[in-house]
Amino acid sequence: MKKIEAIIRKTKFEEVKEALLRSDIDWFEYHNVHGIGQSRQERIYRGVQYSTDVIERVALTIVCRDQFVEPTVKVILEVAHTGEIGDGRIFVSEMIDTWSIRTGENGDTVLRDKK
Amino acid sequence: MNEIGISLDTVWMLLAAMLVFWMQPGFALCEAGFTRSKNTANILMKNFVDFMFGSLLFFFLGFGFMFGSEGAGFIGKPNWGDLSFYKGDLPVEGFLIFETVFCATSATIVSGAMAERTKFSMYLVYSACISLFIYPVEGHWTWGGGWLCNDAADSFMMLTFGDVFHDFAGSAIVHSVGGVLALIGAMALGPRIGKYAADGKSRAIPGHNLTLASLGVFILWLGWFGFNPGSQLAASGEVNRTAISHVFLTTNLAAVAGGTATMFVTWMKYGKPSLSLTLNGVLAGLVGITAGCDLVSPTGAVVIGLVCGIILVFAIEFIDRRLHIDDPVGASSVHGVCGILGTLMTGLLSTSNGALYGHGWGFFGAECFGILVIDLWAAVCGLVLFYGIRKLFGLRVDKRIEEEGLDVYEHGEMCYN
Repeated sequence: MKKIEAIIRKTKFEEVKEALLRSDIDWFEYHNVHGIGQSRQERIYRGVQYSTDVIERVALTIVCRDQFVEPTVKVILEVAHTGEIGDGRIFVSEMIDTWSIRTGENGDTVLRDKK
Repeated sequence: MNEIGISLDTVWMLLAAMLVFWMQPGFALCEAGFTRSKNTANILMKNFVDFMFGSLLFFFLGFGFMFGSEGAGFIGKPNWGDLSFYKGDLPVEGFLIFETVFCATSATIVSGAMAERTKFSMYLVYSACISLFIYPVEGHWTWGGGWLCNDAADSFMMLTFGDVFHDFAGSAIVHSVGGVLALIGAMALGPRIGKYAADGKSRAIPGHNLTLASLGVFILWLGWFGFNPGSQLAASGEVNRTAISHVFLTTNLAAVAGGTATMFVTWMKYGKPSLSLTLNGVLAGLVGITAGCDLVSPTGAVVIGLVCGIILVFAIEFIDRRLHIDDPVGASSVHGVCGILGTLMTGLLSTSNGALYGHGWGFFGAECFGILVIDLWAAVCGLVLFYGIRKLFGLRVDKRIEEEGLDVYEHGEMCYN
């Protein structure tokens, strides 16, 4: 069982969500996040130029069984890609255990990924 | 008329002009609320531009096009900022302001329908065109004393229909023209990214703040109490004080009937009473009553409001799901469809010359003909203008700008920070 964290462009969220649903990942959480990175935007507010280093992105947290890691990562790499600085990052880490609160079941079979 | 009478009329006209001006923030908030937060600065800016360009151009040229050169021509003489040509009881400068806010109302209807994807620079071109000639020309045909409202015994309208075209405060002249242009503008632009699925199914793109939209509609409603009763252009004397009170009542009754009808139709059709559509329904009733608010009875006003509120829901659905024209705020249905409906129903429900009151079909014919001519003019102008811009300069922003929001890329300022 693994945890996949993906930080993607806000504008790519809908597309990534659809693509994940198509590849049988129908359960994940996401947050709006702010980060600091290479991407800079020059803006002018009331005639004064300033550069925003605050970058708004969406972070997806997907917990899935091992066999789903590769296809999930592949889908995100494909769909969230624009080729410009600021496309984001994917992190994969090990998960030790999980419980379903409703049923009290334990282990990776409680994850709702299909197959 | 005595001095005090004219002063009273002037004050009433200017007060009404203030209320109609107040419809600008109504439109701005309504449109901002019905669209997404990444495009809010853009839509607010468009509403300012409509009033700024509208006031300037209407003062320099439009006022002359609309009210210049007596008679039954196609277009009045441009006034080049000179107001001395106008002869009337009321002070010309006050009258200009009153007519300016009507012109700007017509102009600002379109911005909502073209929201979230139009190049700002190209929107400026449209905004200038409507205030400069699209509105003043058809305004000249009607309120400017032109051929559609010429009641001389040997005029075209009197010979053909035995009656002239009647649009008291602008269901046809202001609202249907704005609505038709909104429809064509949205059509020329194409839908927003993500509005229609690959199989053609329509998707909802919820607006970001229905509190703003609701406040906008309440403000518009208040503005309408200047728009309709103000169009009497007089308050003194028994005739006028009765008339403006009557118009006040019919205006309000149509608004509440429209909202009520829409609420129940959405409740039956979609299982829940929809706030966002009920907001449109109130406006539908208001747009519908505007043409005949002086001629129909209070009960007639309720009928007009109900019909507009019911048809509105089906019009929005038809334009969205069948025609696949993406109008984020429903401007083409509210102002276009209900503007036309209201004008036609005036021909049926007018107590003094309507068909349903046994006065024959002449007046209804005049209403049908008038709305046809006016909206044909708007449609031809809209097609040439929007498709011309699209061909020459491109009407739409790039995909990336649309995805990330017009605020950052078109204006460099976000509405919410």
